[in-house]
Amino acid sequence: MQPIISVRHLNHYYGQGSLKKQILFDINLDINRGEIIILTGPSGSGKTTLLTLMGGLRSIQEGNLSILEQELLHATKEQMTLARRSIGFIFQAHNLLNFLTAYQNVEMALEIQDITAAEADTRIRAVLGAVGLEHRMDYYPSGLSGGQKQRVAIARALVSQPKIILADEPTAALDKKSGRDVVEIMENLAREQGCTILLVTHDNRILDLADRIIYMEDGYLVNSSNIATLVQ
Amino acid sequence: MTQKKKPLFLSWLQLRKERARLLVAIAGISFADVLMFLQMGFRGALFSSAVEFHHSLNGEIVMLSSRSRSLISLDRFTERRLYQAAGITGVASVSPIYLNAIQWRNPENKEIWDIYAIGINPEHQVLNIPGVEANREQLRQPDTALFNLGSRQEFGAIAQQFQAGETIITEINERQVQIQGLFKLSPTFGINAYLVTSDINFLRMADFRQGGLIDVGVVKLQPGADVQAVLTEMRSRLPDDVKVMTRDDYAKAEVAFWNASTPVGYTFDLGVVIAFIVGGVIVYQILYSDVTDHLPEYATLKAMGFRDRYLLMVVFQEALILAILGFIPGTAIALGIYRITNFATMLPMAMDLGRIVFVLILTAIMSSFSAAMAMRKLQAADPADIF
Repeated sequence: MQPIISVRHLNHYYGQGSLKKQILFDINLDINRGEIIILTGPSGSGKTTLLTLMGGLRSIQEGNLSILEQELLHATKEQMTLARRSIGFIFQAHNLLNFLTAYQNVEMALEIQDITAAEADTRIRAVLGAVGLEHRMDYYPSGLSGGQKQRVAIARALVSQPKIILADEPTAALDKKSGRDVVEIMENLAREQGCTILLVTHDNRILDLADRIIYMEDGYLVNSSNIATLVQ
Repeated sequence: MTQKKKPLFLSWLQLRKERARLLVAIAGISFADVLMFLQMGFRGALFSSAVEFHHSLNGEIVMLSSRSRSLISLDRFTERRLYQAAGITGVASVSPIYLNAIQWRNPENKEIWDIYAIGINPEHQVLNIPGVEANREQLRQPDTALFNLGSRQEFGAIAQQFQAGETIITEINERQVQIQGLFKLSPTFGINAYLVTSDINFLRMADFRQGGLIDVGVVKLQPGADVQAVLTEMRSRLPDDVKVMTRDDYAKAEVAFWNASTPVGYTFDLGVVIAFIVGGVIVYQILYSDVTDHLPEYATLKAMGFRDRYLLMVVFQEALILAILGFIPGTAIALGIYRITNFATMLPMAMDLGRIVFVLILTAIMSSFSAAMAMRKLQAADPADIF
């Protein structure tokens, strides 16, 4: 089976000229359909950079990266924009639109999908129900707690039924209980829809939810045998 | 149900959420629109009132001293020129007009104000003004005049008293003159009120004026006569101490005088430009802070796969919504101020559809331009930065 994300000899640099600094070194990685992967490692190890490259948010400089069988090296801005439409993003900050209700925030994700009004309404209500917010649909983000906002963000990422979910520290702003709840909701919904999750986190409390854990340090992927010891 | 999902009206939802900011924006645009309407209103009133006299002349061709520039900058010429012109083929009749400011005493408080006196031959229809036509024959009596219905309060409540049937006798340049009727002519920026009288009465009141030296000659052509041919003939036959022109050109010259030879036209044009800039700056400020406040959200939308074009449209729509929401109260307030100004100054402040459309277009341009400036900030919304 073709991996859903495939990375080959990926290098990435920040800065120009003498200030140029290499962030990622020869990354090779395959992620299969339906896998739930946690990407962990110390701050500054390049996790987020790798995530933004996979999400089509930054241009590839060296090496190959394909998602859903589309090569992102030399992709145009328009191709990257379209590639992003099959990815659900969940951010550390919820990044909800504060002038939209929970319902409308989720609805935004369907603005760029070809969908009937009835189908959209069904899906929005279902996904908000699944994250336990059926009674908060008409609330603005300012009226929701941190955990509730993050759950709206998850609903927004999932409502378009993406093939891949990329999440960056989704639990960072949450307490232990809501953090775990949020990831579990994400996991359940993803398993139902058969989508792949790549989750960047520092949070050791949720490592057990992953199918596979990838460890990054100083821009290198550390090989898996070492990780086993790390987790224990 | 196969009906496609209706798009969210993001621009309006965003504007609506910040009520205070929305109200400030609407107030700012209304203010700019009111300013523009007022400047244009004054300018329009100035020009339309300045040429009411010109358009009322009952003749296709007007003769003036070659040194005359405007109703407030006249020179005299001998009426013999007019009678020379009467002999030209195509000319039906000629009528002289005397014009001069004369001292009018307000019969109520005895204050003296200059009134603009028009002296015509009462046997001819010289002015196409209904009130003048109806009462022209009465001007054959000595020391009679017709008073201006649209004149300012400073001259006394002449019109009201006359309409109430009172006999009005007042002093004009130290002569007792009786008002025999009313006519309508708007005051201009240079003339506060008019008085129409016969040529003979005019020379009695304006005893400093010499008979036979006139200010304007009105030439009426025979039906079917070629105006340009008569003009050409006049120009070749008459000495160059007089100039002849069509009645329309006479009015245009008056407008051109106010526009070019006085600061008035320029002042009002500058006023419109300043209002436009003020409005533009207000819209820009509002949109810029709106975009800046929502930058992380916009970056999120970009990350979700929205094109830049979508966000540009949101900002552009916001600008147009603000333009329309500001334009409606702005127009309403301007109409109210036109009314008040009309009442207080008797200036013919009139709104016309052309001006409404023009200001609406200016408002839209002003807002769109500000939106375009604010949109540059959108480039700063980098989806890679939100992680």
